[in-house]
Amino acid sequence: MSKLNLITKGLVKENPTFVLLLGMCPTLATTTSAINGLSMGLATMFVLILSNMAISAIARLIPDKVRIPAYIVVIATFVTLLQFLMQAYVPSVYDTLGLFIPLIVVNCIILGRAEAFANKNGVVDSALDGIGIGLGFTVALTLLGLVRELLGNLSLFGWKPVQADGILAFVLAPGAFIALAYLIVVFRKLTEKK
Amino acid sequence: MVICLLVICFVCSSLLAGVNVLTKPSIDRAVAAKTTNAVTAVVPECDIVSEVQDTLIDGVSYNYYMVRKGEVVTGYAIESATGGFGGTLKLMVGFDMNGLIVNTSVLECNETPGLGAKCKEPLFADQFKGFDPGVKTLKVTKDGGDVDAITASTITSRAFTLAVENAVKVFNTIKPAEVAEEITEEGGSDNE
Amino acid sequence: MEYILIIISAIFVNNIVLSQFLGICPFLGVSSKVNTAAGMSGAVCFVITLATVVTFLLNKILVLCGIQFLQTIAFILVIAALVQMVEIVLKKISPSLYQALGIFLPLITTNCAVLGVAINVVTKEFTFAGGQPHLFGLGEATVYAFATSLGYGLAMIIFAGLREQLSLNNVPKAFKGVPIALLTAGILAMAFMGFSGMIQ
Repeated sequence: MSKLNLITKGLVKENPTFVLLLGMCPTLATTTSAINGLSMGLATMFVLILSNMAISAIARLIPDKVRIPAYIVVIATFVTLLQFLMQAYVPSVYDTLGLFIPLIVVNCIILGRAEAFANKNGVVDSALDGIGIGLGFTVALTLLGLVRELLGNLSLFGWKPVQADGILAFVLAPGAFIALAYLIVVFRKLTEKK
Repeated sequence: MVICLLVICFVCSSLLAGVNVLTKPSIDRAVAAKTTNAVTAVVPECDIVSEVQDTLIDGVSYNYYMVRKGEVVTGYAIESATGGFGGTLKLMVGFDMNGLIVNTSVLECNETPGLGAKCKEPLFADQFKGFDPGVKTLKVTKDGGDVDAITASTITSRAFTLAVENAVKVFNTIKPAEVAEEITEEGGSDNE
Repeated sequence: MEYILIIISAIFVNNIVLSQFLGICPFLGVSSKVNTAAGMSGAVCFVITLATVVTFLLNKILVLCGIQFLQTIAFILVIAALVQMVEIVLKKISPSLYQALGIFLPLITTNCAVLGVAINVVTKEFTFAGGQPHLFGLGEATVYAFATSLGYGLAMIIFAGLREQLSLNNVPKAFKGVPIALLTAGILAMAFMGFSGMIQ
């Protein structure tokens, strides 16, 4: 598989949100606006790339029986690292995303990629896979955030041209489910034709 | 097998301990900056914000900050929280020395976006600017007070108003105490 | 009184799945039959309550030693170990219960509801009925965890019931599977929104 392929497959063919349907909790919870979706996507991507690289580097040293706990420890380390960095340099983003930053530990995308890809491939390939899947996740989250923000608040990335109320439900819990459902349908239709 | 896990845990936790030491100053600074910003946004002009102090009123502990301009105490900022519609609603309420509310700002808000969360917007929040609790009543108009509630969000408006009212109580308790303290201090220096 | 408020709030008002978005993966994954949904809920209920009590006490130790920065790692490891232990103990003590819950247990380690509730309980300040915000004590934490997992079970079983009916219907091809399930969940979430403000 070419290096470029590793990145693009995460965007379309193996898109973690629209095709693999992984990591649903942060997808639904943090996408109240496009900016929030984007920051959550980037935070996840950061952990995904680092944990993929670390795991592919040490995979052969770990006995098979304890590999899952070992992976979880590695992932949790990077997540805590991310928590420190965000608290220190972007505290406002950290406050908005709140609980869902430590919960990156249990995001199935990350453990899933460690099991399915990183422990069988080299460090460079794993990093590229992390970038690809991470990008796919970020794009999906931003898109969902964009749709919800537009319908719910009539604004784009915080830019609000008209002072009016949107359809409130889209910023609230039900809108998350409904918007994601329709985005998946649209995504299916688009990829079907190709 | 066990050794391998132990080694991983050890490496990871020492790595984190290291990073923790490195980022601790930045995190502390970020937290301090946030508090200072929240305080200066609600009080009269000042250049020194005191350390956090606390006081116990009716069994509830309130944090407050005293601000000075030069040597003169110009006002107080008081943290006050109540239960809103969706959870905790936490405010910072600023007073000048006459007991007038200078401004309020929302520190924590779990209210419904588009409804209760409008308490952060000027339309509602600005009516507390320059509010004189001695003259006007801190209750929503529905309860016979002088605060216009947010449409369809009476619970949030009530909670917000109650939080401000509690802050007024705190101010009335701490101010006489501080003044008394200053007098005794002065008295002490006279004796010397 | 406060305990009752905590219970109502955790089950209906702040339902863990439908308004806090925790534990969505199993909510969508194992909800096609009411039986399996009930089994999963039982296992989650057990693990959340146990894990919250253990991590609550563990957090006290972490704070005492001044190593709170290890919170995330320590919590997830304890939860993983706990799930393993529950599995082993259950196998020995009650094979029939193990039969019912066993296959769901390994899935629970990576269920964000467990870690989410554990972290929430030790970091978030809760406010009830115009009272003052405060961190939970052990008793409140236990009740909160148990009520939250009941809310999880409630949402899960209602949702599974809906999906069982839904599977008999003709659904447009592009909507098959997850999208229609998400739409159903959206409407269910809307119904649960009606509970908000109930505890004022």
